[in-house]
Amino acid sequence: MTATPSSARFVNIGERTNVTGSAKFKKLIMAGDYPAAVEVARQQVENGAQVIDVNMDEGLLDAVKAMTTYLKLIAAEPDIARVPVMIDSSKWEVIEAGLKCVSGKPIVNSISMKEGEEPFLAQARKCMAYGAAVVVMAFDETGQADTKQRKVEICSRAYKLLTGIGFPPEDIIFDPNVFAVATGIEEHDRYALDFIEAVKEIREACPHVHFSGGLSNLSFSFRGNETVRRAMHSVFLYYAIPAGLDMAIVNAGQLDVYDQIDPALREACEDVILMRRPDATERLIELAESFKGKSVAEEKAAEEWRGWDVIKRIEHALVKGMDAHIVDDTEEARQQIAARGGRPIEVIEGPLMDGMNVVGDLFGSGKMFLPQVVKSARVMKKAVAHLIPFIEAEKDAGAKAKGRIIMATVKGDVHDIGKNIVGVVLQCNGYEVIDLGVMVPWSKILDTAKEEQVDIIGLSGLITPSLDEMVTVAEEMQRAEMTIPLLIGGATTSKVHTALRIDPAYEGTVVHVLDASRAVGVASQLLSDTQAEGFKQSVAIDYEKVRIAREGKGQSDLLPLADARANAYAPDFAQKAPAPVQPGLHVFEDWDLADLVETFDWTPFFRAWELAGTYPAILNDAVIGESARHLFADAKAMLEKIVSEKWLTAKGVCAFWPAHREGDDIIIKPSPLQERGLGEGRAAGHTPSPNPSPEGEGDQVRLPFLRQQFKKSRGRANFCLSDFVDTENDWLGGFAVGIHGIDPHLERFKAGHDDYSDILLKALADRFAEAFAERLHQHVRTTLWGYAPGEQLTNEALIREEYRGIRPAPGYPACPDHSLKPILFDLLKATDNAGITLTESQAMLPTAAVSGFYFAHPESQYFGVARIGRDQLEDYAARRGVDLQVAERWLRPNLD
Amino acid sequence: MTARETFLAEAAKRILITDGAFGTEIQNWKLSEEDYAGNLGLSHEQKGNNDILALTKPEVPEAIHRAYFEAGADIAETNTFSANRISQADYGADHLVREINVASAQLARRLADEYQAKDGRPRFVAGAIGPTNKTLSLSPDVNDPGYREIDWDTLVDVYKEQAAALVEGGADFILIETVFDTLNAKAGIMAVKQLEADLGREVPIMLSMTLTDLSGRNLSGHTVEAFWHAVRHAKPVTVGLNCSFGATQLRPHVKALSEIADTLIMIYPNAGLPNELGAYDEMPDTTAGFVKEWAIAGQVNVLGGCCGSTPAHIAAMAKAVAGVPPRKVPVLEPVTRLAGLEPFTLAA
Repeated sequence: MTATPSSARFVNIGERTNVTGSAKFKKLIMAGDYPAAVEVARQQVENGAQVIDVNMDEGLLDAVKAMTTYLKLIAAEPDIARVPVMIDSSKWEVIEAGLKCVSGKPIVNSISMKEGEEPFLAQARKCMAYGAAVVVMAFDETGQADTKQRKVEICSRAYKLLTGIGFPPEDIIFDPNVFAVATGIEEHDRYALDFIEAVKEIREACPHVHFSGGLSNLSFSFRGNETVRRAMHSVFLYYAIPAGLDMAIVNAGQLDVYDQIDPALREACEDVILMRRPDATERLIELAESFKGKSVAEEKAAEEWRGWDVIKRIEHALVKGMDAHIVDDTEEARQQIAARGGRPIEVIEGPLMDGMNVVGDLFGSGKMFLPQVVKSARVMKKAVAHLIPFIEAEKDAGAKAKGRIIMATVKGDVHDIGKNIVGVVLQCNGYEVIDLGVMVPWSKILDTAKEEQVDIIGLSGLITPSLDEMVTVAEEMQRAEMTIPLLIGGATTSKVHTALRIDPAYEGTVVHVLDASRAVGVASQLLSDTQAEGFKQSVAIDYEKVRIAREGKGQSDLLPLADARANAYAPDFAQKAPAPVQPGLHVFEDWDLADLVETFDWTPFFRAWELAGTYPAILNDAVIGESARHLFADAKAMLEKIVSEKWLTAKGVCAFWPAHREGDDIIIKPSPLQERGLGEGRAAGHTPSPNPSPEGEGDQVRLPFLRQQFKKSRGRANFCLSDFVDTENDWLGGFAVGIHGIDPHLERFKAGHDDYSDILLKALADRFAEAFAERLHQHVRTTLWGYAPGEQLTNEALIREEYRGIRPAPGYPACPDHSLKPILFDLLKATDNAGITLTESQAMLPTAAVSGFYFAHPESQYFGVARIGRDQLEDYAARRGVDLQVAERWLRPNLD
Repeated sequence: MTARETFLAEAAKRILITDGAFGTEIQNWKLSEEDYAGNLGLSHEQKGNNDILALTKPEVPEAIHRAYFEAGADIAETNTFSANRISQADYGADHLVREINVASAQLARRLADEYQAKDGRPRFVAGAIGPTNKTLSLSPDVNDPGYREIDWDTLVDVYKEQAAALVEGGADFILIETVFDTLNAKAGIMAVKQLEADLGREVPIMLSMTLTDLSGRNLSGHTVEAFWHAVRHAKPVTVGLNCSFGATQLRPHVKALSEIADTLIMIYPNAGLPNELGAYDEMPDTTAGFVKEWAIAGQVNVLGGCCGSTPAHIAAMAKAVAGVPPRKVPVLEPVTRLAGLEPFTLAA
């Protein structure tokens, strides 16, 4: 179920409501700004803290008063009070005052045998009478336990004493003291290892207990070097959690993913923490220096190329994608050429094209990868932009491009990352690209093609309705008796679809281009005097083969709809999810971007840049690792700006509705209850009032779903999403999230001839949208619907979808009808609530957006509807209440 | 055997029956101000102070206790829901708290012993403690969410005074009932713990939560499971639900609680929901039919009634569940159970 059993049960305790741990919180409390201090707690819980630690131990504070005031205030906030509190103080009177205010079952942090057995047991008895779990510090009459032996000895003794008075062992949490390592003092070298080994031993000796620790001590000697501190903490947890550490007071946002730590740094940290070599401390200290800033040698090498000849400098800048000096260098080259009587255009035809040819060769031979190529193109564009005024002043027609190509994302579709990448690659290789942008109607494509006398038209699309629109463009090109080649690309396109549907619609050549790296090869062959005819013929033959194979092979057998229904999936409805804890509609005006970054699934990000591999392994890939690392570093840098300068706004909405199944339909009752979500005052609290559902068919909404019809083997069911909903008393959810605010930044990049940043930002916005969908789903599972309140998954586990329930989206395999989106959007009022609109092809705007349904049944799963028969098409059209033709258009990808 | 041991032994054999409503039964007597006030010479009007009848008109609570025992009840709950210093202050009777509770407990004890002597079946007295009308978790002032009308120490003293008097009068258990605020219940538990320390012996606790909304939370916002986590340290003889709703509405929450509580489950719902006139009109057989479903599902150990229930309801329930085996108390994994308003479990 989870990544590793140990990490799944690890509890992050929020530490920002701790005056000793957070300067900001301390300032608020000292100033008596309790409302703002309450918000700190709210944020922590929203960010996933499962327990919040409250500490008011500050010399200048009346800690009893501050503790009780604060605890009473957060008790009034259901969003906060839903999680248990850890009452944290070194003074018993503060703890006891806190216990009198906390209504759930809290954790006391901490008690110890520092003053002897009697006071220790008296406090433990009180904790039992108040009903609290307790953190026991490994501390006795002689002091804090430092060695493994002392830790084990003190904890075992405390365990014996506590269980002796009937204290439940499962309510004991030992803190065996995390001390600073790598201090240069030899006796300190074993501290981390002693902690880890002590935990292991105590766990054996004291059944059912838990372990906690404060991490910040560990890296105390590296104050000011956050990179090293974070790495040390992550490495420590990596080893301490399997040993038995259950919880840690730590800022979850300040932990690195173990696999992501610089390998050399990670190894050095491991050497220190596990005491693997005598010189571990020295080595880490030495290495730590390099993480404070670039080393001197590196700086020197970095600047060396500036001394080279200008032609070589330009090539270097292009290959390395460095644009810092390109304008100056281009100007220098122009003046040199001008001095010997040359023309400005020669700078382009000479050094710039030579540089780009090197890039093209490296890319073509697989030694350079797309992100670098796009960076190189940015350098090129800047150089060209500098030269254009000089060229125009000469009234020069400009260099003859290898060919002129239109690029357009078709009508109804808004996705353009892939199109832009192909555009850049083509430009790098000497083609002139006319980019018509997104949502381009066929008429504009054809008009431009005629006016500009283009050589090739390239179409792009990401959603399935775009496939139809591409057929339309092909038909119109045929009608206009055009003959120029048509290139097809984009995520949903395929060679089979191109051969079966688009190619027959147009007598000219149609070529499916699998990815950007193929675009140049295809374009150059199509426009070559010698190769064009041969290439066109081979494509035509190839596609004919596809069509014949398709026909000859026939389709897999389809079951009659009735038989498919008889073979429906039957989950155990005794296991269905309970009613949502917070039914109704929840709006999220501005989800914390920093929180979303932590839920990023990076693998598709690299895929968008045509770097194949799984993150984080891709960073260390022998071939593309370096390219991936640079891209990743650029992405991280931009992310930091996106978050800190608030470039983007994540808006979302979700809702849950009483639902039941009727055949393959799900009938839902939209709730009249309008609840607001996080971050705004929800009236009168934590739970919606009993919600009298609206009766009567008029308030119901019917959501028809499609059922798999192909013949299944080995007893597999013919799935339909409605199978996962009970025939009575069940629930369905829906959501839509979008990332807003990208346009001004794209404008800025465009003005700076910076395609690289443009594509980077779009790709990151997509990641934000996906992360938001994932994060919201998690929030839904643990809190809003709340059917998995105890779920604790790592980001890796989230990415592997190791959770209960699914969130299929209209337009994707389990629910291929995009036209369910408007219904979903109406139910969610997604345009009002999340600012998302739909195009006529049901693409979402802003582009970085995700929507879907929530199914909570534990057996619900993703599947592909695949091909359906005429019988289901007709049935579906009737259920959906639309003409057969309309249904046919929507479901074309699923029809024969 | 201690009262807890006897009770557990009986509960292992069959589903036990506790009694039904007092308030609605007392209304049937149409008592006058004179009946309530007696000759106590109190300055405030006493009409409606049901608990004081133990001193001024004890034949009324006696008759009701008898009716419930005759209907088949194993447990008598003392008529002391509001016999605490805070509630009695409203009647100017706060100085009589000890007397009311002692007298009420003595009355119930005498009748329980009488019925037990008749047929040899053990009868029990649960000293009932209501929540008071003050809450430790919520502010009555919407503009000042940190304000509280009462503090923990005061409430602990209030509860302790009442619990001590009930035990003095012969109560077997202290029943902390109609818990709308979990923190109030925790103060009640603390009061009983202190009393135990004073007496040097166990005073077993019974706990009964009341839901304020259909999603299964009480007024302080705790879910049924979070409530159980928050009070499990009381090691109560029974935990359960009472009041607020009828059996139909309690159904999912009874199931939830019965699955997670490693102690006996006691449920005493209202006789349905009140009608437009505020009266309860669910028929005895109807209520009995609902609670029988829980019994058959193995979800309950003790059944009874709250608002609107009558001896007829109790008799119908006793009949309906006779011979149905009682719920088996589950053994729970020793894992850390914490709670905010919602439960949090840390796996072992």
